[in-house]
Amino acid sequence: MSSPATPRKTKLPFGSFLERILSKLGLRGRTLVIAIPTLWLFVFFLVPFLVVAKISLSEAMIARPPYSSIWNWDDGVLNLTLNFGNYLFLLEDTLYFAAYMESVKIAFVSTVFALLIGFPMAYTIARSPDSRRNILLMLVILPFWTSFLLRVYAWIGFLKTNGLINAFLLATGIIDEPLIMLQTDFAVYVGIVYTYLPFMILPLYANLVKLDDALLEAASDLGAKPAMTFLTVTLPLAVPGIIAGSMLVFIPAIGEFVIPALLGGPDTLMIGSVLWNEFFSNRDWPVASAVALVMLAVLVVPIMILRKAQAASEGASQ
Amino acid sequence: MKNRSIFLPVVTGLGFLFLYAPIASLIVFSFNESKLVTVWGGFSTKWYGELLRDPQILGAAWISLKIAFLSATLAIIIGTVAAFALSRFPKFRTKSLLNWMITAPLVMPDVIIGLSLLLMFVAMQGLIGWPAGRGMTTIIIAHATFGAAYAAVVIQSRLVDMDMSIEEVALDLGAKPMRVFFDITLPVIAPALVSGWLLAFTLSLDDLVIASFVSGPGSSTLPMVIFSKVRLGVSPDVNALATIIILIISVGIIAAAIQISRSGKKLGN
Repeated sequence: MSSPATPRKTKLPFGSFLERILSKLGLRGRTLVIAIPTLWLFVFFLVPFLVVAKISLSEAMIARPPYSSIWNWDDGVLNLTLNFGNYLFLLEDTLYFAAYMESVKIAFVSTVFALLIGFPMAYTIARSPDSRRNILLMLVILPFWTSFLLRVYAWIGFLKTNGLINAFLLATGIIDEPLIMLQTDFAVYVGIVYTYLPFMILPLYANLVKLDDALLEAASDLGAKPAMTFLTVTLPLAVPGIIAGSMLVFIPAIGEFVIPALLGGPDTLMIGSVLWNEFFSNRDWPVASAVALVMLAVLVVPIMILRKAQAASEGASQ
Repeated sequence: MKNRSIFLPVVTGLGFLFLYAPIASLIVFSFNESKLVTVWGGFSTKWYGELLRDPQILGAAWISLKIAFLSATLAIIIGTVAAFALSRFPKFRTKSLLNWMITAPLVMPDVIIGLSLLLMFVAMQGLIGWPAGRGMTTIIIAHATFGAAYAAVVIQSRLVDMDMSIEEVALDLGAKPMRVFFDITLPVIAPALVSGWLLAFTLSLDDLVIASFVSGPGSSTLPMVIFSKVRLGVSPDVNALATIIILIISVGIIAAAIQISRSGKKLGN
């Protein structure tokens, strides 16, 4: 197969090669480009939720796998046995309700603190000169790349009774007796704020960096005090960033497992840990599934708010 | 702006201190002779020696690296294809479904992803016999799925920013779409591919929760080993390990950032 006019040698003939094979198989590239990710995510992301929903409606039993089947064929008739007992169990046992409430409380308080720390940081970075801005931004992102588990672990050394913070406070004479910080809710707040602070700063930064200096100058020329300018100009323009950042802290905090496991105490009851124990210690797959679905239901509204805020800030930038 | 208040710089400084002090303490105390965190027993590298003689940690690190490499590679393929479909094809039937599925893992708690995937793997094994048991394969699939979501975000933003007229010209001149993709689109989005791959790689290397659900006997990853160690308290060899990981990641990220900013300049943006 030699053609008289040899085509110019290309750097990457791989594309044409792939296309020839595909067309021989009767597949169009476009179909494949859509089908590959859609099928993958369908099988490994969407279907698993349906499996969880199914198992949450079955009964736990000693078997492999440890749950009953919700349907069976009997004389050609499909029998469907739905067991809402797991959900009723979640309602009856106050532990679960308390765990959901505790998770929402911890996530909410952590989000507020992350916002209080993150906003001034994002504002400073957005207002700093170009040359410094990228370095500061990189410094915000860098911890996110280093191991999350190890960074949470580092706090154990800071917070424990004979840890660094107590050693410092005792040495400077601020306290006489070491504070008990590890294995308390306080430690969990610190861990969550610390871990998710970059998620708060980045969307806030993205919003604040678009803030036009002329608006601030106009406000101050018209006699507005800095506080007034902040409340009436800066803050309203930053709202999409505030919402997006807050949701990016709140949502993962609800389902957090590692932070309460390492820093929290026996009283710290978060729903992520409850699910973990239900699955790994009690081996009750149906109840664990029901816990997961209720957690998902708790998260639906925050996720929708996040989507809306992200769409709003994308719309503003275009 | 004459009377600049010191409030903002102070808060920002404290914020960065808050972000970096724990990391710095990990590094400092990895060289501590003493086992106690608060007591400085002199400079020593003995914890590094101990680390290198720990077959459990070394084995888990090797497993984690293999999983991270393979899952990041898979993630970048799925993520690129998904980002391309979403940003270049104006309309197709499953577009909103795909868009939803590729972004949902970003906000889904790890415990839910882990549990749901495990239950599905078990159900699949019962139905079709695959995957036979849990192990590296199931962890790779799980990590590739959420890695693809992160990779797609990075790549999609690059695809949207990129000047589409080059692609259009090539298509007008008669180049086949696939060739346009490999000869034009791919080189332009290469920096995003690198950062997407690195992101998926580090996320995989870092994941404890999902891996704990979908792993099987003999496939304990590094975070799983670290977690079981640190649950018992501070152990200095974990500090040594942390220092090594932080060093490698920082060098990798800074090198990638320099490379990306260079190639960005070359491409004129």
